[in-house]
Amino acid sequence: MAGVAELLEGKRVCICAGSGGVGKTTSSAAIAAGQAARGKRVAVLTIDPAKRLADSLGLPELGNEERQVDPGLFAEAGVETVGDGELWAMMLDAKATFDELVRRHAPDAETRDRILSNRIYQQLSNALAGSQEYMAMEKLFELYAEDRYDLLVLDTPPSRNALDFLEAPRRLMQFIEGRALQVFMKPTGLGMKVFGRGTSMMFSVLSRLTGVEVLEDLSEFFQAFSGMVGGFRERAKRVNELLANPETCFLVVCAPQGEPINEAVYFHRKLVEAELPFGGVIVNKVHYGTELPAYDGSLERELTEALRDEDLARRVIENFDDYRALAARDQRNIKRLTAEMRARLVIQVPYLDEDVHDLAGLMRINDYLFASGARERSVIAAEA
Amino acid sequence: MPDLLDKRLVIVTGKGGVGKSTVALAMGLAAAAEGRRTIVCEVSSQEHTSQVFNRAEVGFHEVEMADNLWAISIDPDEAMREYLLLQLRVRAMRDLLYRSRIFGYLAAATPGLRELVTIGKIWEVALPDRKVKKGREYDLVIVDAPATGHGVAFLQTPRTFANIARVGPIKAQAEALETFLVNHRKTGVAIVALPEEMPVNETASLERTLTEDVGVAVDRVYMNALYPERFSAEENERLESLSANGNGAVRAACRAAISERRRAVAQRGQLARLTELVSAPVRTLPFMFEPELGVEEMQELAGVLD
Repeated sequence: MAGVAELLEGKRVCICAGSGGVGKTTSSAAIAAGQAARGKRVAVLTIDPAKRLADSLGLPELGNEERQVDPGLFAEAGVETVGDGELWAMMLDAKATFDELVRRHAPDAETRDRILSNRIYQQLSNALAGSQEYMAMEKLFELYAEDRYDLLVLDTPPSRNALDFLEAPRRLMQFIEGRALQVFMKPTGLGMKVFGRGTSMMFSVLSRLTGVEVLEDLSEFFQAFSGMVGGFRERAKRVNELLANPETCFLVVCAPQGEPINEAVYFHRKLVEAELPFGGVIVNKVHYGTELPAYDGSLERELTEALRDEDLARRVIENFDDYRALAARDQRNIKRLTAEMRARLVIQVPYLDEDVHDLAGLMRINDYLFASGARERSVIAAEA
Repeated sequence: MPDLLDKRLVIVTGKGGVGKSTVALAMGLAAAAEGRRTIVCEVSSQEHTSQVFNRAEVGFHEVEMADNLWAISIDPDEAMREYLLLQLRVRAMRDLLYRSRIFGYLAAATPGLRELVTIGKIWEVALPDRKVKKGREYDLVIVDAPATGHGVAFLQTPRTFANIARVGPIKAQAEALETFLVNHRKTGVAIVALPEEMPVNETASLERTLTEDVGVAVDRVYMNALYPERFSAEENERLESLSANGNGAVRAACRAAISERRRAVAQRGQLARLTELVSAPVRTLPFMFEPELGVEEMQELAGVLD
């Protein structure tokens, strides 16, 4: 078994994916901090409003541009660093990124302004199918192309379905290249001439439903976009290439409960099917069974004697049983996950007693993320 | 919680992974136990309810799960089809749209349309006078809404469409949906949070966004999965010293107890922060130590839901 450092050797992009609430942002930040401490120039892109995380990294607010974490913080947190690594962080703003993209691809100033001021664009550019997911990858690609970092860590947007973001470039392309756009491309009357009588009747039925105004606004919206199809298409193609690049590594982050494990298994399958470079799985908040050994009837007696308190002893055992049940569940689920992953890496991070929200906390998590071989066994044993 | 269950619609939202589906279902069971005909609407094809009840997927059908409790999973394509069916009474017109590939492309590409028809269906389910044939009348409709980011955009869709469409049927309908959502007498909102740093922060900012930007009122914030306070500070000291001297199972059992107390205490700190940060009343739900939550655990949660 290896740790994250081995996994990321020769990689320039690390994409952390998984369903919401499994500690994805924390894992991403920990990986970035760990690699920075190992002498790499690293930037972490997050979408979560991880305010306290930003605070603790000495960044009062994270914006749509990367900011460097004060190297002095590593020393303060008692972290040994190698070489001159750098840690940068940014919080992604999907709307701002979309606007930038429009500015870049618009053929002329007039088109640009028409799109940016279109009401449908303004109100819905955040809600557009997969736009947040796509913009995360767009920003990733931009930073990758600029080539200023040794490693980029992307904390993918929280979504119920981890696949949403993989599908995003394809969905955006479908939208941009789609027939809907073409229908509206001819300014003369909603594409009737292109598609013939059936379509024209369809539009007349449709306008009864929506009112003509909506169709006009939509037409304007789609038309404005049509001028940018070429630029967008090229860009989406390159983003897709980056995802499949051997310098990219996908890590699936999950929690040990049944549902997140099912999602991780499913996501792993999809990554393999899509021939994307899958690295391994990180399971957060694990209750280790090694800390919770089996016991016999003598435990209650021993506890009662030592504590001289029958009621307390009973509660300690009740609690111990609860923890053991959780550990048994976690191990069962992780076993299922490991079988599914075959020889791939499954890294377990224990359920720590305290919330992680500073650099020292991130480095504590790194003891598990970056542990390998004998050291891995020793940190796990040390928890017991 | 009569104030909440007296509404016609309750929207359950929050950050991903905090237990929205669990709270929505527990609330459904609590309402059903009071004899209210209740339906839980899922909007992201998770089929959480049918899984808990160990039943086949419900899909776009109102299926009875228990006494007085129904479930439906709202698929936007089905909702769109049904909407057209209800709107276009002339069959030929309907068929024309169904058959039109262009319409299919357009419906898929128009931003926000899927959300709009989904909310439209929720509204239809909540109507006392249902539009669908032989539609059942419910006393309470509970929505297991999308996670925070998507959830806010989701709830804003009717207003967005009402603004875009200046005249016409869509405008009237979007306005009706919007009016229904922001009518505090009829519609309630519950946010689910976890006793951890980031979920607490996000809950506070979500409450602000929902109140200020969406215009709904937040009735409850549920702090979910709160560890019980099983051990006092004094007991903890005794356990600490025993753990330092003991070995084997005694030491492990003490350490588990110490760890439980540490989490319980840290969580009380987060509970205090949450109470400070939000304006809505905060209620707690216990952490369930059962490995997977089934009907029994849901009933237990329903019993303590306030």
